[in-house]
Order: sequence, then C-alpha cells, then structure tokens
Amino acid sequence: MPGGSVRHHRTPTSRGARLTWSPEVEHVFREEHGRVLAALARRYRDLDLAEDALQDALVTAGERWAAEGIPDNPAAWLTTTARHKAIDRLRRENSYQRKLAVLQPLSDEEGADEVALQRLDAPVGDDRLSLLFMCCHPALDRDAQVALTLRSLGGLTTAEIARAFLVAEPTMGQRISRAKAKIQRAGIPFRVPPRAQLAERLGAVLEVLYLIYNEGYSASSGDAAVRVELTLEAKRLARIVMDLIPNAPETTGLVALMLFHDSRRNTRLDATGAAVPLEEQDRRRWDTSLIAEADKLLEEAARLFRPGPYQLQAAIAGVHATAPSFAATDWARIVVLYDRLAELRPTPVVALNRAVAVAMRDGPETGLALIDEIADSLAGYRVLPAARADLLRRAGRNVEAKHAYREALELTRNDPERRYLQRRLAEVTIAAP
Amino acid sequence: MKYALLIYSEPWSGAPPSPEEAEANMAPWYEYTNAMQEAGVMLAGEALADIGTATSVRLRGDEVTTTDGPFAETKEVLTGFYLLDVDTLDDAIAWAAKCPAAVSGTIELRPLVELD
Repeated sequence: MPGGSVRHHRTPTSRGARLTWSPEVEHVFREEHGRVLAALARRYRDLDLAEDALQDALVTAGERWAAEGIPDNPAAWLTTTARHKAIDRLRRENSYQRKLAVLQPLSDEEGADEVALQRLDAPVGDDRLSLLFMCCHPALDRDAQVALTLRSLGGLTTAEIARAFLVAEPTMGQRISRAKAKIQRAGIPFRVPPRAQLAERLGAVLEVLYLIYNEGYSASSGDAAVRVELTLEAKRLARIVMDLIPNAPETTGLVALMLFHDSRRNTRLDATGAAVPLEEQDRRRWDTSLIAEADKLLEEAARLFRPGPYQLQAAIAGVHATAPSFAATDWARIVVLYDRLAELRPTPVVALNRAVAVAMRDGPETGLALIDEIADSLAGYRVLPAARADLLRRAGRNVEAKHAYREALELTRNDPERRYLQRRLAEVTIAAP
Repeated sequence: MKYALLIYSEPWSGAPPSPEEAEANMAPWYEYTNAMQEAGVMLAGEALADIGTATSVRLRGDEVTTTDGPFAETKEVLTGFYLLDVDTLDDAIAWAAKCPAAVSGTIELRPLVELD
C-alpha cells in the first residue's frame, strides 16, 4: 500500500469499544467484520481509514438496527454506510495529498448507481486473504502479526486481545497502532503475495493462526469466552486459507490438527475444572465426526506428497484419536512420526514430546534418559518438569516425582493444569511421604 | 514508493586486495547496479569509502567537535547505499535480498519521507 505522505492524526473513535448491542447484532458484527474491513482496505489502501469508517458504520448500525431490525444483507449495508463515513472523515481531514489520492475516484462514483457501487464493494474472494497476508507480513514482528490479525480479521476488540495475551490494554492498543502505522509508512502491500513468495509467506500465516489457536486452547488466560473465540477464529481463518489457496498441504494439515484437538474438547476438563490427561479422557465422548473430517483432510493432504510439520503433528494427533484406548495406542508409529518431525523441526520441544512417546513405547526410564539430555535447553519450560514428574511417577520413583511436580506447579500458568498437578502431587506424596 | 537501501557489513580487515581481486570483488556490484538501472528503479547509489576515512561532527551549543571515526564503533558499518523507487515494500525487499552484501551483512530498508 503506497502512500508515504506524512499522516495527520485522525479523530480517534473508541477503537473497538463495544456499546451495548443485542447478542444478535453483536453476532452479525463479528461475522461480517473481517469481510467488510477487507473490502474497505482494498478500496482505500488505508487500514486505519478502513477501520475508522467501519467503526463509525457499526455505531450507526447499532442504533438503526435496534430500531429497524437487522437488514437482509448486513455486509452490504455496513459497506455502503462505511463508504459514506470514509468520505466524511476524509473531508474533515487536512491532508490534501491523501484526499487527492482517495477522493478523486470516489467522486467519480458519486454519480454511479447503487447497484454498480454494490458490485464494486462486493468482497473479492481474496480480500480477506490479502488482509491476512498483510497482517502477517514479515516486516511486522510476531506479536504485532497476531494482534493485528485478531483485530482486523477476527473483529476482536483491543480489550479482548489484551486479555487473551495477558497484556495491559493500552500496551496492546499501542502495539496495534504501531503495526498499522508501519504498514502504511513502510509500504506493506495489500495483496496475496506473488507465487515466488507465496509458500514462505503462507508459512508465517499458518504460524500466526496456530499461535492464536493454541492461545485459545491452552487456557492460559482466565477469560473463557475469549479463549473460545480465539480457537474459533483461528479455525475459521485456516479454513478460508485452505479453501482459497489450494494445493497447500500444510494448510490442510493445520486444519486437521485443529479439528483433532477440537474433537477432545469435551473431555479435557473434569467436573471440578481440573485438566484431564489423555490417558484418563473418556474416548466415547470424543467427537467422531470431527475426527472423521480431520482424517479425510489428512488423507487429502497426503496425496500431494509434500510432508511438513503440521501434517506430521496432525498425523500424531490422528493416531491418538483413532486408538481405542491409551493402552492400545500405536506408540511405535507415534515415535516414527516424531522422528520425522524432529528432522524438519529439530527443536527441544519436539525432542521432549518424542522422549515421552519413546517412554510410552519402551518404558519410563528410556524416556527419562532422553529428557536428561535436553533438560538444559528447556529450562523454564513448564512442560519439562511435568513430563519428568509423570515418567518418574510411572517408574515408581515417587520422591523424585514429588519434587518434579512441585517444580511444575511453580511454572504452571493456568488453573486446570494446576489442579491436575496438585492431584498428582498428592498421589505421589501419599506413596512416598 | 521511495526507499533508502542502507548497506551494513563488516569492513574489510585483511591486506589490500590486488587489482585482480579488487575487480573480482566489484563484478557482482556492477551487475547489481546495472540490473537496478535497467529495471528503472534506481534513483541513486554510492559506495562509501572505508571507516578509516570517516570524520564525525557534532555541534553542542556553540562548540563544534570534530572526531576521527564513525558515529558509533560497531561491528557492521554503513558501507554504501542505494535510493530506490518501487511499488511496494516487497519489491524493495526483493532488491535488498539480491544485494551482494546481503549474504554476510544486513540491508536496512527505510522509506524516504515525502514532504507535502
């Protein structure tokens, strides 16, 4: 998006603040936000203007729809209204250069008929994709990519995003503002990258989406509603990417991975809110239709013969999902998959997960030996002591397990995990007081 | 959009190159500069003489202080620059990646401020 002129500060709206709207209206806003914003961003080549105009339109919509009901085509209503708001804003502004760039084509259309204008505004298939790639551009750092994606495509408020990542709201607001300013001033383009860069840029998009999904899934913040929103949003965007960019097996792999995780959603917490380990989850309550869909997607991806980390992680989740019980799990196969994953992603975290799988295949002592080798590189990672504690417990080394569970408890960030670890600590303490 | 392409690399520390070596060193740069010119994107481009030739000047109050050396002693130093006019940041990034210094140094891209 070119346009390096010095920006004049626009009248700020309470960015992303939610007034009291009915749940139905709120739902429509959330649904349509990404699509409408993307079309506006394409039109004006200015994410700030697009967002301000949309925000103005949402305020008007909130008032009008409360009185008149939700229109048949809310996206069109919002887009048309936002267009008028954009013109209003630009007229109030001082920047002559920008007005020239944006208003000229607009004034040409003021005579055009409504149908033609609607067609102009109708979201092009790749508008949301363009917006997504723009938000995930490598010239923005990862935190900014995540926040901007949630704000622009997910329609989450700044407050919601701040809560999700345990950051103060003004800090998050600044992060998002700076990112948008960088886009504008550094000329980050609004488009799906050309073929030569597509694979690399798609990798970054998938990482951002998986980060968002994991944040929602891992329940590290206290706000349950926001967490669910994150996983839904990540899945939704991943599906859009999958549908619009074919022949990208890693995208399919990521969607499959998310679906496998989702399929166990109902069994992850017990009645008291403690985390339930895989071994104890009631497999009859796993969602078989999600598992079937994930399996099918994995198969589709496999036909392209381009394995990758998300496909492998999905395959591992798939082995668990289709095992009739923890005991009957094909751990040998899981270890083989981890071997391949370690080749592509030779990280300590992968090595740790592999060590646990080896322990299930060969016995806890082998796993513990592997973990000892990589322990230094995982200092401070809360899963390390938890994994060690589990294997020590299985090996009957209860005193050491006790210490490891205590260590894990110091590092844990969420309540369900804490309760689970406390239960285990109690068990091993009874066994070895 | 106009960008400065600022080239940071470690200064040459060995014995001065022979004429043949010097020519071989410069060949990729000639190619690179030609490519930019032919693509019609280059506004300017210069190599900077080595750090030993640098002089730093500061005015504090009334006093001008002149010192020998660059503004900061760093491992990688500014060794040259180009000014480009391209459509998007991605185009500038593509040019930066082709710069002969990119393989061992860092290319910083900064948009030029266009004053109204």
